[in-house]
Amino acid sequence: MRSIPRMAAAVAALALAAACGSTETAAPAAPAPGVSGFTPPKIDALASLGAGEGQVNLVAWAGYVEDGSTDPKVDWVTEFESSTGCQVNTKTAGTSDEMVNLMKTGEYDAVSASGDASLRLIAAGDVAPVNTSLIPNYADVFPGLKDKPWNSVGGVSYGVPHGRGANLLMWRTDTVNPAPDSWGVVFDPASPYKGKVTAYDSPIYIADAAVYLMSTKPELGIKNPYALDDTQFQAAVDLLKQQRTIIGEYWSDYTKEIQAFKSGDSVVGTTWQVIANLATAEKAPIEVTLPKEGATGWSDTWMVAAAAKHPNCAYRWLDWIISPKANAQVAEWFGEAPSNSKSCAETADPKHCDTFHATDEDYFSKVYYWTTPIPQCLDGRTDVTCKDYAEWTRAWTEIKG
Amino acid sequence: MRRRLATFLHRHARVRLSLLLSAPLAWLGLAYLGALAALLVTAFWSTDTFTGNLIRTFTWANFEDLVTGEVYRTIALRSLGVAAAVTLIDLVVAFPMAFAMAKLASPRAQRWLVIAVLTPLWASYLVKAYAWRVLLSADGLLGWGYGLGATILTLSYLWLPYMILPIYAGLERLPNSLLDAAGDLGARGWRTFRTVVWPLAFPAVVAGSIFTFSLSLGDYITVKIVGGRSQLIGNVVYDNIGAANNLPFAAAVATVPVLIMLVYLAAVRRTGALENL
Repeated sequence: MRSIPRMAAAVAALALAAACGSTETAAPAAPAPGVSGFTPPKIDALASLGAGEGQVNLVAWAGYVEDGSTDPKVDWVTEFESSTGCQVNTKTAGTSDEMVNLMKTGEYDAVSASGDASLRLIAAGDVAPVNTSLIPNYADVFPGLKDKPWNSVGGVSYGVPHGRGANLLMWRTDTVNPAPDSWGVVFDPASPYKGKVTAYDSPIYIADAAVYLMSTKPELGIKNPYALDDTQFQAAVDLLKQQRTIIGEYWSDYTKEIQAFKSGDSVVGTTWQVIANLATAEKAPIEVTLPKEGATGWSDTWMVAAAAKHPNCAYRWLDWIISPKANAQVAEWFGEAPSNSKSCAETADPKHCDTFHATDEDYFSKVYYWTTPIPQCLDGRTDVTCKDYAEWTRAWTEIKG
Repeated sequence: MRRRLATFLHRHARVRLSLLLSAPLAWLGLAYLGALAALLVTAFWSTDTFTGNLIRTFTWANFEDLVTGEVYRTIALRSLGVAAAVTLIDLVVAFPMAFAMAKLASPRAQRWLVIAVLTPLWASYLVKAYAWRVLLSADGLLGWGYGLGATILTLSYLWLPYMILPIYAGLERLPNSLLDAAGDLGARGWRTFRTVVWPLAFPAVVAGSIFTFSLSLGDYITVKIVGGRSQLIGNVVYDNIGAANNLPFAAAVATVPVLIMLVYLAAVRRTGALENL
């Protein structure tokens, strides 16, 4: 049984997760590196670390920069300020678009960008490459998170990985039998759970259908669930239209899903690990799994502004936020897998890394991190045009009818 | 000095009037109509999918999509139906309530009833919507489940005070002597209602219906909470701004409820109800 403050913390963390989760799908991104040949503007990374400038201005997701003002026990900023002398000023952004726009003002030094904002920032020259040799803790970051399409271009790193998570399949153990191991249970039109199936209410959920089609209809040739041409896209949309007939409700609000699973209004559907934890804490008989087809997920990156006025403090912040202790704190508060391999020894809940599969590369190899679809196919095809996010949004409206 | 200013203003009626009206006119013109105009202009632009920036060149594309897309017609009609249903339910519930408040209750009880009607407005919209979600949940008190019906029910509850109060105010202005006269002339209850009360209270009913109708037409949160898998116009607007960053298309969609309201107000005006407000 959790204590009240911990419950409060968990609820707040969920709120944050919900806030960010729904917004990480927000904006159109630049093409993946090497795919449609975009070359980032030539900007030099910081060559050597100098004295701190006395302050640093951050743009972050809610819950990523906590100085104890939300909850006195949740604080990894005060120690940073006293040890580096860098005063932290945070601007919390609600969406990826907001982050991109804030970074364009030139007022900020660093940003916690999601996969759908990071490449836009790189392509626009708003962020500079990061000299990882100036960030000692970078060495301990999980190799599976380094040099990825959403944080590096042409082998040049543009940031440090913050944390990651997957969208899972959740079901009520008392009604759903046998335990599902496939997304098929939420897509089968003859499902015995008709009217009690739930799905994530965002156009990005089309990617979940695409992930399912990757293994059930290999003839469609889907390589990347965010790069869908006309035929593939139509197949995903048709699948979701068919799914609508068995949907009870769509969720985008975490409290809504917890309550629906507790009351039995929903018995099976997509979820996040944090939601599952909280539902379990509220005694809902639920289980989660990463289905055999794989799943969608998210992975965030801390980046430094090209025009940073306080680059030295920004670098110190990047090093701090991925340091074992601070990274463990933020991962637990937010409810995700930390990026630093040594963080697992620092979490208050010793099982945190197991719960969130932090060390399980096999688990994350089946996770397709959220990326915003663009006309240039992200899987490298140049002979077709892929559907961009505006079209995904319209299709989503049509799917819901 | 003050005296001279007073004399000046006294002699120049136009200056006096313009000083008096400048603040409300600025509000109406800039903050209200200005925002609507900006909305209309944005609807003719488009967005660059790569950078997310607005492209400020004229295009009909958004409206073409809106008119040709069958799904938008369905959603607009559904929203219209929901708004009409909410207005009708609120009217049926509110009229007897307002009549009882204005004509039957003692002055003391009247005050308390007004407070009772207003009390739900003090609670947060979200709290009330979630309370209905709990009520309607499968293991809830009512257990009717979610969907369009649940949305109509919840909206009717949320906007009920906006229907009761105008009707109450209207009925309060209705002299009791008229009711007595109708009775003396031999009219029964129903006839009195049909020929005396209803025609005189009609402008108030219209005022209330404008509130409930327009509030329902623009709602997108209630339907997200208790609507199950259904969506209304507001959700389309929200999804296009919040998720797709497609402000122009959202603006184009948002003109639909504006148009519906203009038609509604024009229709109401023809009945002459607005003059009596």
